[in-house]
Amino acid sequence: MKLEPGAVITEPGNSEKNETGGWRSFRPVIKDEKCKRCGICWMFCPDMAISPKEPYQIDYRYCKGCGICANECPFKAIEMVEEEK
Amino acid sequence: MKEVLTGNEAAALGAKLARVQVISAYPITPQTVVVEKLSEYVANGELQAEFMKVESEHSAMSACIGAAAAGARTFTATSSQGLMLMSEMLFVASGLRLPIVMANANRSLSAPLSIWCDWQDTMAVRDSGWIQLYCENNQEILDSVIQAFKIAEQTLLPVMVCYDGYILSHTVEPVDIPEQKEVDDFLPPYSYPFMLDPGKPVTLGAVGTPPYYMEFRYMLDQALLGSKKVITDVGEDFGRRFGRRYGLLEAYRCDDADFVIVTMGSLAGAVKDVVDDLRKKGKKVGVLKLRSFRPFPSDELAEALSNVKAIGVMEKDISLGSFGALFLDVLASLSLNEVRLPAVNVICGLANRDVTSEDIVKVFDMIEDVASKRKSVKETVWLGLRKELLEGEEI
Repeated sequence: MKLEPGAVITEPGNSEKNETGGWRSFRPVIKDEKCKRCGICWMFCPDMAISPKEPYQIDYRYCKGCGICANECPFKAIEMVEEEK
Repeated sequence: MKEVLTGNEAAALGAKLARVQVISAYPITPQTVVVEKLSEYVANGELQAEFMKVESEHSAMSACIGAAAAGARTFTATSSQGLMLMSEMLFVASGLRLPIVMANANRSLSAPLSIWCDWQDTMAVRDSGWIQLYCENNQEILDSVIQAFKIAEQTLLPVMVCYDGYILSHTVEPVDIPEQKEVDDFLPPYSYPFMLDPGKPVTLGAVGTPPYYMEFRYMLDQALLGSKKVITDVGEDFGRRFGRRYGLLEAYRCDDADFVIVTMGSLAGAVKDVVDDLRKKGKKVGVLKLRSFRPFPSDELAEALSNVKAIGVMEKDISLGSFGALFLDVLASLSLNEVRLPAVNVICGLANRDVTSEDIVKVFDMIEDVASKRKSVKETVWLGLRKELLEGEEI
């Protein structure tokens, strides 16, 4: 990737190159035995980092660790675990 | 064709000859006439441009940013408090690499309120990523505004053309006005490479997160440093076409000089006259006039001063709590080029306090003194300071 002068972005849709997983200080972990596959976490995730395919998985390259999924899950199936170096 | 013009009229005429397409500006003393003249040109059909009236300088620069991003040749003008109100957007203009040209009639800053000339306004935004050219006379203002567009468009950097308020902005001088056809040949229409165009969408003004921001600042710094060559080339090209050559700096009678005053703007003209007088008396004196303050021509300056015995830096600004802003750059440039010279920093002419020929002779005496002692003056000299006002004597 070569930067353009003035921070101009000339290629649409290239934000996927910007992996935001490094921002995370808490990591959501899905407890598969509690997960009812309702899809609420997938709907609420602001970064589209949750894949609703069997079994549900989180894309840690983009998950910023906001915790919305864990907050919204009606079955307490997602736990926020502190990241360690 | 020669006409008698004020500095403000010369700036407005330069923008007109450059065929600016969008102007957004707010009137402020002593720049007001620039705005008046340009709106007059647009109103009477002499200039095909959009004149955007705004409620503040912050909005003026914001409108210029939008216009330049849409690909228009864009111009504005301001002074002092107006430049301060604009300052947030100055950094956006340079960060987005938009080739906007601005005329600034230099005026001091409040408080205390002052409408008179010094360089504190443009010095306060010296780190904004704009090219800053300082003019000695009204001819230079007209010529520099025209050149500024070419420099801006080749480097994708905004350019500030700075000239002394009142001393130039309101003083008439004969100015040689180039033919429109010649200016058109020198400055052809340009196309901004990242123009806002729905057919070819781009993102302007994206966030620069920690993994990216530094590279953009490095690129901006490199662009400014690289603009030295462009300023030189454009100045020479202008000289070939119009008979008046321009560069980064001008060394006047410096070749065999022992004592040199480094300065900028209209003050350089006054010092040149004193140099001519002192030369007649056998004094080996000269003046180094900086035209480009940003980018700062470090190597060129050190080269020009390499055989000098001592220098004085005369400037109409002060980096409060430190030294004069020009002095700092001059000393850093000499030091990095291993040129060891005793120097004296002279702050003068704040809010247009008169700087007379006698004052300039006094500065040359100081320079001769530091040369004989081979030691710089550590304390900044404030020229013509009224001690009776500071010490409470009867006046």
